[in-house]
Amino acid sequence: MAAKNSVREETLTVGADRLVVLKGGSGKPLLILHEELGYPGWMKWNEALSEKRTLITPLYPGFGKTPRAEWIMSIRDLAAFLARFVREQGIAPVDVIGFSLGGWIAAEMAASDPAIFSKIALVAPAGIRPPDGEIMDMFTVPALVYLRNSVLDRERTAEFAALYEGGLSPEQYEAFEDARAESARLAWQPYMYNPSLPHLLEGTVKAPTLIVWGKDDRTVPASAAGVFNRSIQGSRIVAFDKCGHRPEVEKSEQFIKEVQNFLA
Amino acid sequence: MHIMWFTERQYHYDPETEPQKSKDFESAVLRNRSFFGLPNANFDPQQGAKLLNEYLDEKIYSEDLGFDGLMLNEHHGTPFCLGAVMDVEAAILAKATKKARIVLLGNPVPTVANALRLAEELSMIDLISGGRLVPGWVRGAGSEQLANNANPAYNREYFEEGVDFIIKAWTTPGPFRHEGKHFHFRFVNPWVLPLQKPHPPIWIPGLVSPDTVVWCAKKRFPYIALATRLEPTVELWDLYTEAAAREGYQAGPENFGYMQPVFVSDNQARAEELGKRFLYGGAFAHFARPEWMFPPGYNSKEATRRMARLPQAENLPGKPIHDGGGNETDAELEEIRRGVYARYETSKKELQMIAGTPDYVIPRLRKVLEVLRPGIFSFWLDGPVAYKDRLRCLELLGKDVIPAVRDIGKELGLVDPFQRKPGSVPLAAGRKPDKVAQPEGLASMPA
Repeated sequence: MAAKNSVREETLTVGADRLVVLKGGSGKPLLILHEELGYPGWMKWNEALSEKRTLITPLYPGFGKTPRAEWIMSIRDLAAFLARFVREQGIAPVDVIGFSLGGWIAAEMAASDPAIFSKIALVAPAGIRPPDGEIMDMFTVPALVYLRNSVLDRERTAEFAALYEGGLSPEQYEAFEDARAESARLAWQPYMYNPSLPHLLEGTVKAPTLIVWGKDDRTVPASAAGVFNRSIQGSRIVAFDKCGHRPEVEKSEQFIKEVQNFLA
Repeated sequence: MHIMWFTERQYHYDPETEPQKSKDFESAVLRNRSFFGLPNANFDPQQGAKLLNEYLDEKIYSEDLGFDGLMLNEHHGTPFCLGAVMDVEAAILAKATKKARIVLLGNPVPTVANALRLAEELSMIDLISGGRLVPGWVRGAGSEQLANNANPAYNREYFEEGVDFIIKAWTTPGPFRHEGKHFHFRFVNPWVLPLQKPHPPIWIPGLVSPDTVVWCAKKRFPYIALATRLEPTVELWDLYTEAAAREGYQAGPENFGYMQPVFVSDNQARAEELGKRFLYGGAFAHFARPEWMFPPGYNSKEATRRMARLPQAENLPGKPIHDGGGNETDAELEEIRRGVYARYETSKKELQMIAGTPDYVIPRLRKVLEVLRPGIFSFWLDGPVAYKDRLRCLELLGKDVIPAVRDIGKELGLVDPFQRKPGSVPLAAGRKPDKVAQPEGLASMPA
């Protein structure tokens, strides 16, 4: 098990660009792709999964810690950049968990190189236009409003206050604005999805895939789960009742159990 | 001095003849905490038609009153400004007026998807007006990026590439191909080109963004501060002057413009009553909610850092006047309204709004001119004021105020960009530039 303070930060080079990576835990590598507001911090689920795995969390260029790479102008560019990182680290095929925007990135990586992942967990991924409902527009609301909307019940989500260390410091404001700006560069329009992604996934991705969603997700409507499920052969949906966009903190125990079983 | 006048062309009702409608409309804006984004179910096309025609008529009339320039701007998705596409109005003025400059401050280049079309529109206006166009460029308010689906994170890149492209389209013989970072044109050969050569003079308006000020100095474009508070404006003038020195020239009044909210009437009490209406609906402070004013990546990292640590300046948009959710009771709304108009006293004291008879207004304008020394000066009239009162204000400006301002300008040596080309006074490398602004005057404001 890795405590929060044992997480180490490494600055690597990928091509001509730098990439700051967080590493915590020990064992077989597990790639973590963070969400659109940036890396939210080391939570219970990180701690649990790091008992048997080394969690590798790249902090995407432009999201604050890693400098912006000017050539990265789309999610596919970022996916290609991260795929290069995975190849050059010699960790492919690797298991991956992608959250929200990170889920979209994982899906794009898998679609362009099906051999890169051994197992894929997509947690309320963006990337596909939901057939029912719309992905909440993060660009028309302040970061804190977007964050608050991401869980169904803040009062009953013990770890909510720990996300982004409360989200209120000037430093965190800047970090949110970095993340929002880079998300805008990557996913402004079409907003948070790629119309061709279902076609790219279909018949391509064969790795075991777990699709995790909260049934009451107000950020990325759970209706998109069905499209992911149909597009990725052999994928399985786990949907939590009374849960929003963050099953990993809203239903953290069940989430940990499901993911541990899936990765075992 | 180049003297012009400006109005946002606000959508409004006359508080004297339609008091309930006026109040209800203002309440809708206050509840929305923003002019931008007010549902357009509140728009009455009859009223829109009436107002737009009045605004055009008064602009045309003002040419005879002695204004050198008729200034327009544009905003999108907001009752704050009916000029959603100012080039439409500019085209009308080009034909309907004879001598005044048509000053567009400015076209929001990043939000106009096709910069080549913009180059063509402006060429036509310059041709129809006989070479009276002064185009200007803006990045567009943050809210405008949302209204036009223009990626705010690339706003400055769109702006700089777009402006360079328009000038290139005007000045480089076509056909040529443009492969930029954001704009791609395979066949650039606009047939209509501006009358003014090499291209019309370009001025840039702004709200004291240091990045824009330095960019202007580099390009030798005059910078027009839009009714910003005097102290930060002085600082920005200094920044421009220093950047100009690095470019090898001495900045002067020809590099600077200032826009001043003013209301003039025949008696002091009436002038203040009407001038106070400038604050209607929260005025510029209610232009748009902070999250719309500063969409992601719209600000530079430095500006974001400052904003994370400082309360927003009073007269800049983005500071919420209240944090209501739109469900305020009538009493709460009245309290908010009182708070909005209570700001008048500060505005008056800091010369952010100068309302009065010509005798009251002129010495205060002198103070502004002494401190900022702008070669370009624009009067700004806004707020829900009846057409007849606006016309009277314009007449008094023309009859009494403009002649006085012209005399002050002569006395202070406030040359405009047509009298001295901006950037034409060389400064030897390493020589310290003379400051243009004279902040000493701030110590003794008129009582």
